[in-house]
Amino acid sequence: MSQEMTLALNETSAEATRAAPKKRSQWLEVWHRLKRNKMAMAGLVILSLVVLAAVFADLIADYETVVIAQNLSDRLQGPSAQYWLGTDEFGRDIFARIIHGARVSLMVGVLSVAIAIALGGSLGAVAGYYGGKLDNYIMRVMDIFLAVPSILLAIAIVSALGASLMNLMFAIAISSVPTYARVVRASVLTVRDQEFIEAARAIGGSDARIIFRHIIPNCLSPVIVQGALGVAGAILSTAGLSFIGLGIQPPEPEWGAMLSGGRQYLRHAWHVTTFPGLTIMITILALNLLGDGLRDALDPRLKH
Amino acid sequence: MHRFIVKRLLLLIPVLLGVSLLVFAIMSFTPGDPAQLILGENAPLEAVAELREEMGLNDPFVLRYARFVGNAMMGDLGQSYTSGRDVFDEIFSRFPNTLILAALGVIIAVLIGIPVGIISATRQYSMIDSGSMIFALLGVSMPNFWLGLMMILLFSVNLGWVPSGGYSDWSSLIMPAITLGTGSAAIITRMTRSSMLEVIRQDYIRTARAKGVAENVVINQHALKNALIPVITVIGLQFGYLLGGAVLTETVFSWPGVGRMMVDAIRQKDAPTVLGTVVFLATTFSLVNLFVDLLYGFVDPRIKSQYA
Repeated sequence: MSQEMTLALNETSAEATRAAPKKRSQWLEVWHRLKRNKMAMAGLVILSLVVLAAVFADLIADYETVVIAQNLSDRLQGPSAQYWLGTDEFGRDIFARIIHGARVSLMVGVLSVAIAIALGGSLGAVAGYYGGKLDNYIMRVMDIFLAVPSILLAIAIVSALGASLMNLMFAIAISSVPTYARVVRASVLTVRDQEFIEAARAIGGSDARIIFRHIIPNCLSPVIVQGALGVAGAILSTAGLSFIGLGIQPPEPEWGAMLSGGRQYLRHAWHVTTFPGLTIMITILALNLLGDGLRDALDPRLKH
Repeated sequence: MHRFIVKRLLLLIPVLLGVSLLVFAIMSFTPGDPAQLILGENAPLEAVAELREEMGLNDPFVLRYARFVGNAMMGDLGQSYTSGRDVFDEIFSRFPNTLILAALGVIIAVLIGIPVGIISATRQYSMIDSGSMIFALLGVSMPNFWLGLMMILLFSVNLGWVPSGGYSDWSSLIMPAITLGTGSAAIITRMTRSSMLEVIRQDYIRTARAKGVAENVVINQHALKNALIPVITVIGLQFGYLLGGAVLTETVFSWPGVGRMMVDAIRQKDAPTVLGTVVFLATTFSLVNLFVDLLYGFVDPRIKSQYA
């Protein structure tokens, strides 16, 4: 008994001394690897610019007077010194609307992925950890969700609940829950049977403690990568749903809704549809570059 | 193998029941009274109540769902609230349009994706490789409905080469098919490249080269066969995805397909049509996925032996 205790104690103290400095250096190492990846850094820089624009949107253009207020005498103006990217069909500054639209897109993107990770991650962790019947039930339900293309599922949910920011976020989150459940379950399965989990159980760790302290930290890498790509997907879905009139409602600025508004004026005003679309593309590109870079940085073995 | 097919087909039943239950539940929580919608806003209350009873809308949820499933299995998805037409007939009259678009999209994607992927892999880190990877990255990052709009702007509005929407003749297929295929082309390019890179590092490829087999034979015959296995899955999944996800592209080009039918139905709060189209597209998507799984066993005998 005492021997076991000392053994366990030795192990934990050894783990503690190793863990304290190593925990930091592990993330530092990932950062160093990421920093060497020029494409990922380019993605990070672009993304930072988008985030900064969203944060300081009010300093760049006032919401009530510039972004929302109509100014029909200046409608459908081409790009100029006064309106950098021109004006839309209501005479509103497209540049200002794109900047404010970044708030909506980033918020929906990040929050819906956060909800999806929380729900899907927990389901996947429980399924993977306990296995057996519970695993079977959870994953069969996930299969049902996966049988519907996610954009269709999101469309069905929003059309039933009504178009609003909250419903949009909810719909996009729900439609991507199965993806995270699968990713987390798969990595829990690889971690579950490893020796350090057995050790944690041997020293009396509870299920909750083992899941939250030992399993989840070791399953983070694929979730982080999937999350970065997921934000890109969520921003695309937001734009797509708004484009068919199921997302953000006018006059609020949203990139997809701006495209939809400019569609009728394609013939006379090319800039109304061109710039919001370019913004979506650049943002998604940045997230994809960062996601790819993170994947390589978090798991160097995956790199060719 | 037969047992595997039967098992997978049986597994499809709970999936389809689940999908229809999910969508049916979502749709029945939709605010708004269908009877009121059909009769118009000024209809007398008694008439609305009578129609509600007649349509069985006052029945319990379980009963309504069971009736829906029973009818759906007989090929009856109900009548549209707005046009009064049979939803099932309407879907089947439009499905060929969606199918031809998705098929063309996949063909374009394969014709671009596989050759470019192979060239990129055989000349890793060359200019061609970097260039095609940048294009592939742009392809996956571009919202396809925006690409569609930009093509309309360039080829219809400015150059007047092709019609901007609708379905009149073959020329109206060009832009929607390219729009739909671009994203898939990018995904197939990336998949082919990484799969090829993995295969050409294997020993049997080195052996073939050491034997003095010509490089193009090594690549096109020895390597390609193995490299294409995961690519075939991706192609199949993309086809399913294009069938189910063509909603936005069909909207941009006013394409008379099932996806656009769904979007129009949502705008008009036409619940039976929404329900019918979603269940139909989900079923098609699941069937395509099942087919892909079977095909996978066919192209890779190692997988087939696991199910035998």
